[in-house]
Amino acid sequence: MATLHTRSHARLMMAPSVLLLLGWMIVPLAMTIYFSFLRYNLLMPGMEEYAGLMNYRFFLTDPAFFTALANTLILTGGVLLITVIGGILMALLLDQPMFGQGIVRILVIAPFFVMPTVSALVWKNMFMNPVNGLFAALAKSVGLAPLDWLAEVPLLSIILIVAWQWLPFATLILLTALQSLDEEQKEAAEMDGAGFFSRFIYIVLPHMARAITVVILIQTIFLLSVFAEILVTTNGGPGIQTTNITYLVYAQALLQFDIGGASAGGIVAVVLANIVAFFLMRMIGKNLEA
Amino acid sequence: MARKVSTARKLTFTAIAWVIALLIFFPILWTILTSFKTEAEAVASPPSFVFFDWTLENYAEVQARSDYFKHFSNSVVISLGSTLFGLLIAIPAAWAMAFSPTKKTKDVLMWMLSTKMMPPVGALIPVYLIFRDTGFLDSRSGLVFVLMLINLPIIVWMLYTYFREIPGEILEAARMDGASLAKEITHILAPMAVPGIASTVLLNIILAWNEAFWTLNLTASKAAPLTTFIASYSSPEGLFYAKLSAASTMAIAPVLILGWFSQKQLVRGLTFGAVK
Repeated sequence: MATLHTRSHARLMMAPSVLLLLGWMIVPLAMTIYFSFLRYNLLMPGMEEYAGLMNYRFFLTDPAFFTALANTLILTGGVLLITVIGGILMALLLDQPMFGQGIVRILVIAPFFVMPTVSALVWKNMFMNPVNGLFAALAKSVGLAPLDWLAEVPLLSIILIVAWQWLPFATLILLTALQSLDEEQKEAAEMDGAGFFSRFIYIVLPHMARAITVVILIQTIFLLSVFAEILVTTNGGPGIQTTNITYLVYAQALLQFDIGGASAGGIVAVVLANIVAFFLMRMIGKNLEA
Repeated sequence: MARKVSTARKLTFTAIAWVIALLIFFPILWTILTSFKTEAEAVASPPSFVFFDWTLENYAEVQARSDYFKHFSNSVVISLGSTLFGLLIAIPAAWAMAFSPTKKTKDVLMWMLSTKMMPPVGALIPVYLIFRDTGFLDSRSGLVFVLMLINLPIIVWMLYTYFREIPGEILEAARMDGASLAKEITHILAPMAVPGIASTVLLNIILAWNEAFWTLNLTASKAAPLTTFIASYSSPEGLFYAKLSAASTMAIAPVLILGWFSQKQLVRGLTFGAVK
């Protein structure tokens, strides 16, 4: 029904958005690819020269790369595990009848609105600090030796901080999905004698499947690029124990000024993210139809 | 029909839910409480929860020592600016997709979503160098532009899902009556679209306010928003818990309040309309 006239109008109206996003996608990426083939260090201006695949060879054979890759996957997987399971449990809990449900919801959602630098610093200093942190006070009060969280279990500590930030997101989305479940269906199952667990497995979980895949997809996009939490807590350390790919590229570019090497790392990160995105999109493709 | 629930059951769930909710909220509560303590009390062992001498000196000191309001206004300009800029560009696009959809509309939307999957480090180096060479490094306008670009897909998607709910017949009727495109938008679409646009604005202000990859990498001091300002507390001197808490409380309070008003929009916006 759309006439030729309105269609050309429509194209004109979409043009700014499409062109800007196209530019945002292509220009930096093309430049990163170009830099990745150069020997290019900010400390030696004017010395740029073609370097072939040298940067890639160095980046991909650097043991730090494999550590960073493993850290990225552990961090993403760990946070997903905690937030998805925790989110399902929280959604089930918040869906129960209770007093003050609105306030409970507000309290649970709050961490999502805390900026990453604040939550990381609050956790680092006021909770995980081995001398003045609340966890240390708690440990001492029951006669245990305080744990220096960010030195002894650094990656786990960061997983906990990031999971705290994302649990509300998972909870909120899974709760929204849960509340759209037909009450009568649950009641019918209950009358047929289905217990809590069989109701959960056969009715609630399948109903939430779509929301769960959405949570996994969106969180993965953000979790692969966790940066601020690492920067303000551990600076990727001790050693490189909490360096993920994002942080590794940042350090190479803005701390070591190795633009060529960092660009190769950036391209590797893009390729990895695309592999993950490809599988995720396939996985959720069916789920997101409808 | 709602089922009758026994009071005992309801009380049990109330207790469990409140305990867990307070545990999850505790770090924020603790930060707010600590911001009113003196530095000595902030690290006292055992820690005191409520019975300490409440003071406002930390707030005064944070402002005096590091000019909190400068960073606050940077955050306001950057988050509001990028959102409104994005809105300006996204509204026509979302309007066109919602009311003159073609076979390609879904593809375009999916493609926009896919741009969010590009990791920011893939673009960091060129953007950093371009900004350095053009003087946009540590400038508010530079950040407005970058944050507008990274949130544009979300803005278009959100507006699209809202616009699609506006009945197209009304627009057709107006068109039959000879309304021009401009009139169509100002007289018919705008009033019906305002709630959706407001939700979009709210969520994107929150996202831009908390964005920490680009703000940390592209600003140093002049244009530094609150994310960067707080990060400067990561290598402190002396006792600083109370001051850190005061700065943190001031940095998160505005969005915490905005956020509580936008729970529903959060779900729709961040799931690209897949969960409502």
